[in-house]
Amino acid sequence: MTTVFAILFYAAFAVLVAGLGMKIAQFARTPAPLKIPTTPAPLTRQGAAFRVAREVVVFESLFKSNKPLWIFAILFHFGLFLVLARHLRYFQEPVWSVVALIQPLGVYGGLAMMAGLALLLLRRIVVARITYITGPSDYLMLLLLLGIGATGMAMKGVAHTDIVAVKAFFLGLMRFDIQPLPADGALYAHLFLVAVLMIVFPFSKLLHVPGVFFSPTRNQSDDPRERRHLAPWAAKLEAGGN
Amino acid sequence: MAADFETPVLGDVEERPTPALACGAMAGSKSYVAAPAHNEALGFPGELVPDWQDKAIARMGELLGKYRSLQVFMDSCVKCGACTDKCHYFLGTGDPKNMPVARQDLFRSVYRRYFTPVGKMFPGLVGAKEFTRELLDDWFNYFHQCSQCRRCSVFCPYGIDTAEISMAAREIMDSIGLGQKYCNEIIGKVHKIGNNLGLPGPALIDNLEGLEEDLKDETGQDVRFPIDEEGAEVLLVTPSADFFAEPHVLGLIGYAKVFHAAGVSWTLSTKATEAGNFGMFIGNYEQMRKIAMRIREAAMELKVKRIVFGECGHAWRVAYSFLNTLVGPWDFLDPRYPVPQHILEVTNDLIKRGGIRLDKSANEGIVPTFHDSCNVARASRMGDFEGGQFVIPREVVKACVPRFVDMHPDTTHEKTFCCGGGGGLLTDELMEIRVKGAKPRMEALTDVVRNQGVTHMVSICAICKAQFTKILPYYGFDREVVVSAHQLVSNAIILGNND
Repeated sequence: MTTVFAILFYAAFAVLVAGLGMKIAQFARTPAPLKIPTTPAPLTRQGAAFRVAREVVVFESLFKSNKPLWIFAILFHFGLFLVLARHLRYFQEPVWSVVALIQPLGVYGGLAMMAGLALLLLRRIVVARITYITGPSDYLMLLLLLGIGATGMAMKGVAHTDIVAVKAFFLGLMRFDIQPLPADGALYAHLFLVAVLMIVFPFSKLLHVPGVFFSPTRNQSDDPRERRHLAPWAAKLEAGGN
Repeated sequence: MAADFETPVLGDVEERPTPALACGAMAGSKSYVAAPAHNEALGFPGELVPDWQDKAIARMGELLGKYRSLQVFMDSCVKCGACTDKCHYFLGTGDPKNMPVARQDLFRSVYRRYFTPVGKMFPGLVGAKEFTRELLDDWFNYFHQCSQCRRCSVFCPYGIDTAEISMAAREIMDSIGLGQKYCNEIIGKVHKIGNNLGLPGPALIDNLEGLEEDLKDETGQDVRFPIDEEGAEVLLVTPSADFFAEPHVLGLIGYAKVFHAAGVSWTLSTKATEAGNFGMFIGNYEQMRKIAMRIREAAMELKVKRIVFGECGHAWRVAYSFLNTLVGPWDFLDPRYPVPQHILEVTNDLIKRGGIRLDKSANEGIVPTFHDSCNVARASRMGDFEGGQFVIPREVVKACVPRFVDMHPDTTHEKTFCCGGGGGLLTDELMEIRVKGAKPRMEALTDVVRNQGVTHMVSICAICKAQFTKILPYYGFDREVVVSAHQLVSNAIILGNND
């Protein structure tokens, strides 16, 4: 199994990085020919960057839109953030002090994440108009994340895995020196689901992660009268003499 | 009202309950398909081409490569549903395909099927769909039930703007010969005659002379409506409805009085007798540019120093946000003024500087509220500060009346509701969706009329004015409840003796 998981993680990592890299390159390459910030918008580029930062960190527009949904989303995303931060320790030696410091918070993060996901799932089932817009992949994504959370928390709270060996496995992967992975069902399930998540990331709605940074309605400054904005293809059209 | 549909029952503006889903409720509310002559005049195929599916998909691919908004919006939606209760057309009809995300998904399902690996391999998993004739019909219906008002984009955590997607959809449909009659016929008129209403130059000049005579009788002053006057300071570009429709023309009279009282020389142009630019509604950059080019040419020919736009929502979006891009740079104009300016910016500056004087008592008995037009509120600005588009019109209106009342805050500023007729929907065959889409605005208006004694609603958009004039009676209001901002200025302005 060690070899299987080693190959799986190398493949998943490659797909994640290459897929995401290609998508980001595509977003960056595609011109935004017109100024379309949703106004009122910041007048400066720094202001627009701060607006994007607010969207990324505190979900500003979602807060305006729907308070319960905002709470569910914050629970999930901040929980996930803490969980990911806690997991950093398995990929570094020595462990950064800040990672060690927030270690105990990771468990609460896990609980918040699971609660958020469960509420998001419930909302999809209960609210008719959300059910209407939900497809199989939307349910599967929530179930995948719930599965990752459940197997992870089972290893923390129910049956401990040999975490030292797991860390050795991942440090080994990073150094191309494969170490044995403990034979543990919950661990296998957890790692398999994580690899699946990494692989589907660049092909799914998880593209909202890079997408939010590239959204012209949020990242453009409101200065069209002061600064002429011209996309290369529009300039070509102009030079075409009409 | 002779209508084969029921006007929605208004609810409490505070509660604004989300309607139950009524699948297919608006499937029958269809725009007329453009005739071959309308399409061909714009360089589109006359009618649906035989290989429309391949052509449409190819065009979609091109647009994805030309518009970052479209590509990012296609990929980023997580189906969170934050937008689902934000569209006035959904709130007024309950048709789930009028929920912004569901409207987008008509487009996204095709995108996924032909442009994404998962959509090609497992279409059912991600809602990817073949571009069938049935789906194309849904496109035609529901992308012409979007007024491109951008309210959904305010609330989307990724800023996804359904307007961008409906513009792209219309552009694709035009490219395969499935245009909408209303928009394409109007754009044809702009190219052929010069304005949306098809008002020829001589008729317009006649009309303006009539206005000058009327004003002379009324005020004793020589308030002029100059046209094609070379060397004037200001070129005024205004929606053609301002030339004769009510309450639009009362606004035009207001602009003329402002220029007269301030001593600013100005002119209209027979070349640019239309501020509106329906090229935006059909998402066609070339059309939009061609229509905007008339303004540049008129400004150069008449050797003006400034360009000022009259009251019009989508026109102001194209003017404020796109004009510099489309037909700039404007280095031949006076650099001390922004290009272009909004008439309300001009009037507001004059009021603040004492360049014009107003007598509020002239509007005694009028208690106005203000309808923020969507394209002004969410797609442009006025003044030199964030949110000036909300402040400046209100300042001007307040300066003209003894008392002013705002509507419910969930229905104003960036959260304003569309009038129901924007984005190329201001056509008689869409009366049902127009009336129903006005419901949220009508709820907010009814609230201030009943509880705070509001008598009129000020609008600064030609489409809003035309739409409200038509639909107010469905909700038991007089059509004259809607007024132009400059109509109130016109009433209050003190002419003559203005030292």
